[in-house]
Amino acid sequence: MIINHPLLGPRDAQEFTYLGDATLINRPDWQSENALNAFHDYLYLRDNPAGEHRELWYHEQGDRSWLVVTRNTMTHEILNVELAHDVAKAAAAERSAQ
Amino acid sequence: MTNGNRLNGGLIDRSTNLNFKFDGKNFSGFQGDTLASALMANGVRLMGRSFKYHRPRGVLTAGSEEPNALVELRSGGRQEPNTRATVAELYDGLSANSQNRWPSLERDFMAINDRFSNFLTAGFYYKTFMWPKAFWEKLYEPVIRKAAGLGSLTGEDDPDAYDKGFLHCDLLIVGAGPAGLAAALTAGRAGAQVILAEEDFHLGGRLIAETGALADVSGADWVAQTQAELAGMGNVRLMPRTTVFGAYDHGIYGAVERNADHLAMPAEGKPRQTLWRIYSKRALITTGAIERPIAFENNDRPGIMLAGAVRAYVNRWATTPAQSLVVFANNDDAHQTARDLIAQGVKVPAIVDTRPDAPDVEGTEVLKGAEIINTSGRLGLTSVQVRTDKGFTRDLHCEALAMSGGWNPNLGLTCHQRGRPVWNADIHAFVPGEEGLPVGQIVAGAAKGDLTTDAALQGGANAAVTALSDLGITATPADLPAAQDAPVSLSPFWHVKGAKRAWLDYQNDVTVKDVKLAHQENFTSVEHLKRYTTLGMATDQGKTSNVGALAVMAELTGKSIPETGSTIFRPPYTPVAMGALAGRAVGKEFHPTRLTPSHKWAEEQGAVFLEVGNWLRAQWFPRKGETHWRQSVNREVLQTRNSVGVCDVTTLGKIDVQGADAAAFLNMIYANGFAKLPVGKVRYGLMLREDGVAYDDGTAARLAEDHFVVTTTTANAVLVYRNMEFVRQCLCPNMDVQLISTTEAWAQYAVAGPNSRKLLQKIVDPEFDISNEAFPFMACGEITVCGGLRARLFRISFSGELAYEIAVPTRYGDGLMRALMEAGEEFDVVPYGTEALGVMRIEKGHATGNELNGTTTALNLGLGRMVSTKKDCIGNVLSRREGMNTPDALALVGLKPVDAKDTLPAGGHLMNLTGPVDAAHDQGYVTSTAYSPILNSSIALGYVKGGFDRKGEQLRLVNPLEGQEVLVEIVSAHFVDPEGEKLRA
Repeated sequence: MIINHPLLGPRDAQEFTYLGDATLINRPDWQSENALNAFHDYLYLRDNPAGEHRELWYHEQGDRSWLVVTRNTMTHEILNVELAHDVAKAAAAERSAQ
Repeated sequence: MTNGNRLNGGLIDRSTNLNFKFDGKNFSGFQGDTLASALMANGVRLMGRSFKYHRPRGVLTAGSEEPNALVELRSGGRQEPNTRATVAELYDGLSANSQNRWPSLERDFMAINDRFSNFLTAGFYYKTFMWPKAFWEKLYEPVIRKAAGLGSLTGEDDPDAYDKGFLHCDLLIVGAGPAGLAAALTAGRAGAQVILAEEDFHLGGRLIAETGALADVSGADWVAQTQAELAGMGNVRLMPRTTVFGAYDHGIYGAVERNADHLAMPAEGKPRQTLWRIYSKRALITTGAIERPIAFENNDRPGIMLAGAVRAYVNRWATTPAQSLVVFANNDDAHQTARDLIAQGVKVPAIVDTRPDAPDVEGTEVLKGAEIINTSGRLGLTSVQVRTDKGFTRDLHCEALAMSGGWNPNLGLTCHQRGRPVWNADIHAFVPGEEGLPVGQIVAGAAKGDLTTDAALQGGANAAVTALSDLGITATPADLPAAQDAPVSLSPFWHVKGAKRAWLDYQNDVTVKDVKLAHQENFTSVEHLKRYTTLGMATDQGKTSNVGALAVMAELTGKSIPETGSTIFRPPYTPVAMGALAGRAVGKEFHPTRLTPSHKWAEEQGAVFLEVGNWLRAQWFPRKGETHWRQSVNREVLQTRNSVGVCDVTTLGKIDVQGADAAAFLNMIYANGFAKLPVGKVRYGLMLREDGVAYDDGTAARLAEDHFVVTTTTANAVLVYRNMEFVRQCLCPNMDVQLISTTEAWAQYAVAGPNSRKLLQKIVDPEFDISNEAFPFMACGEITVCGGLRARLFRISFSGELAYEIAVPTRYGDGLMRALMEAGEEFDVVPYGTEALGVMRIEKGHATGNELNGTTTALNLGLGRMVSTKKDCIGNVLSRREGMNTPDALALVGLKPVDAKDTLPAGGHLMNLTGPVDAAHDQGYVTSTAYSPILNSSIALGYVKGGFDRKGEQLRLVNPLEGQEVLVEIVSAHFVDPEGEKLRA
């Protein structure tokens, strides 16, 4: 597969390490009342869609960017690639706005 | 033997005579021959034995689809089993042996299997070898394994090199037949970056196998002229001898180039094969078509071949399989075989055509509406029995038969991304489906179902124009020669009714009878059929057999062929040598080897090295007179504990953390707190996984308010860095912090023992005070040594002694090691390796990977209180789960034998003094053992249920596998200096 790195352009998937579901970015608040359950769900519960999937890839043999790759798990078509840092920043901004 | 079957013409170089051996006999052929064509020219028809029934077999095809003529090529370490003689290029000195026979190809003992064919039908494994159950592993399987199989492996190392490479192009064209060449001309002239890959060593495909493909010029001449033009284009890369074996995601193709398989051995420093990864923007599949056989009784005798293959041998290789040959076909195309042979003076007694309205052919008799119902000849065809349209039987004497049931587009690469072929009723064959083609892939020519030369040429050129226009490159179809354009004239005919031992899959010995049996037992779905009969599961993936078997099954079920199913193919298109996949990553080069800067120095000392991940680390340094490793290790430990020792710890991971939020960041990655660590101090840190399990530990040194150096274990250096980047980018995106790995930037040495300070004071520049008062335990700082060389000093100890770790820029590592040894001479300094390091850390009760084994928590390690409840950190919340915090949780303790003479076995389990020895009564297990030269005793670290409150209790340490049982006492894990007085001295 070829992943179109937002900073470096198209790179072979071999340069990356795969982690999995991008919801791992949304780590629960450790001080919330149901933190134990929230962390359990965060760590162990995943959707396993046949189709579009947002997932984390790490450019380990490259610039060490974590990327959020939207990939169709049936066809391996890659629909979008974002810097995880940007995604996480936006999510943090949204959380603090609430 | 002479070249008795050699004809006139062909693309062989008669001036270059090549001598070769087959089964020990000497033959000769010419440059341009394959092993198959050269054997044929020498009158050899028998080339192999079949897989299951050991039937005598000859060559069936003229290409990589060959199921029969498989040989062992070359000898010694270069021996290659199951090589298709049809693609093995002849070279002088080639040596090949037939396989799957004993004692000889002509007299094969296992041919007795053929007599028992009723017993060995499809599914015979499942039916025959069921009882008694125990016999399967001990008797049946070994016997079957010995009897089956084809070529043998040499068992010797392959002496040749294999390379890997990467290529990029606008357009990859797979197959250099008429369509591929027309496409390459079109795309090449348009200036596109083109790769033209051809599995054969000669470009041209059917153009060089046919006599009348082009109208005004010979096929071979046009190919030569086209090749010359393409070779002159800087933007076109011609790759003959290159098999594109797989279509992968996003336009990536795998290919093997056979650089030196056509030579006796590769030239000095050159690879035998190269594995290419080709990144294509567009790929054009012009892989042509594969002819299909007809199933009739005993249709597998040597001499029975595909009609198009016979034409290739006659026209390209100037050889005929025999001096008299009958044609059996259901189409006009095969009649050309008779014409080509007659033109060369070979006798063609008759063409047997299944069509009542077949056309006549000058020079031979066409038996219309006739079928071949049987054949004779044990080791080679002698005659065929024909049933005429009137129902009479006629015997025709012939030594070869050219058969054709039509042509199947060669779908291989179109199916590799789940592409499903569709049935084309016009040509009675499967063609690539519109859906499921790999991204960026287009198909043209015969591979698409355009079976005439003219359609292939035009289709190839037009496909190139389309492909390039997608990329914004304007191209116009190349001017192409006038070509044969007769429509396909074929009447479907798959098998002769009533035939039983009529082969469909030659390589796996699957007959019409087997398909009938599968149907009878209700294995009618194509996937069941395949697995039940093993149809298409040989190394040829059923290139010549799948469609024929589907047709027989369709007839049995009364369904149409497309209703019955379709066939798809998976990578690799043809077998790929393991050597090519491995490339240079063999033996010592299987992974990179990392050496520390003072590796050479350690070698000079005669160090014994240990692989730790990719690193080589000195394990111990044997001295003269030491005969056992433990003598060396004991000496290194004692000398360190009594005076001073030096150990290379460069391999530990080092990660530089800088930024205004550096301390807050460390708080997040470590279980314990770092915010209040003063500048100039080091702290031990424990890292958890998010599930609360401890996974790594090390130290973090604060060099400045906004600057830390984190160390990790050698094994986890990469993982910890990855996880830290995850926390930085994904979990704490607003922190002002940056990370960089500096593992390779610094050489680092542990200097340990009561004289370590005195030694260091000799090399640390005098303006830096490292006295106990100025530089106490857990201090750190940036200093200079040896007259101005910048260095970092950390007063930390893994051994439990007064100890330091000193780091200098990598290029000074070797120099520093030598300086330390020289300065330490007066203290009798000793270099120590990882074994002594291990002994000392066990004596001190420090955990390593044995203890941080992926199941243990901070609580288990006795570090439960380190997990701060006042701050967030990875693993914090889930480490508080109830089940991980029970009073009888495993606890890290020390163990010593009750009888000091006993040795504690590593890996044993702990049981109470009485009671059963089983998993239900398990009290814990041993993680690390060592012989302590200080205590003169075997000691161990281990986990014991509720162990912190069980000090003094005795347990049985058992290892039932070895029948060992030792009485042990639970003690503190800190065997040496439990109060830490030495550290602070």
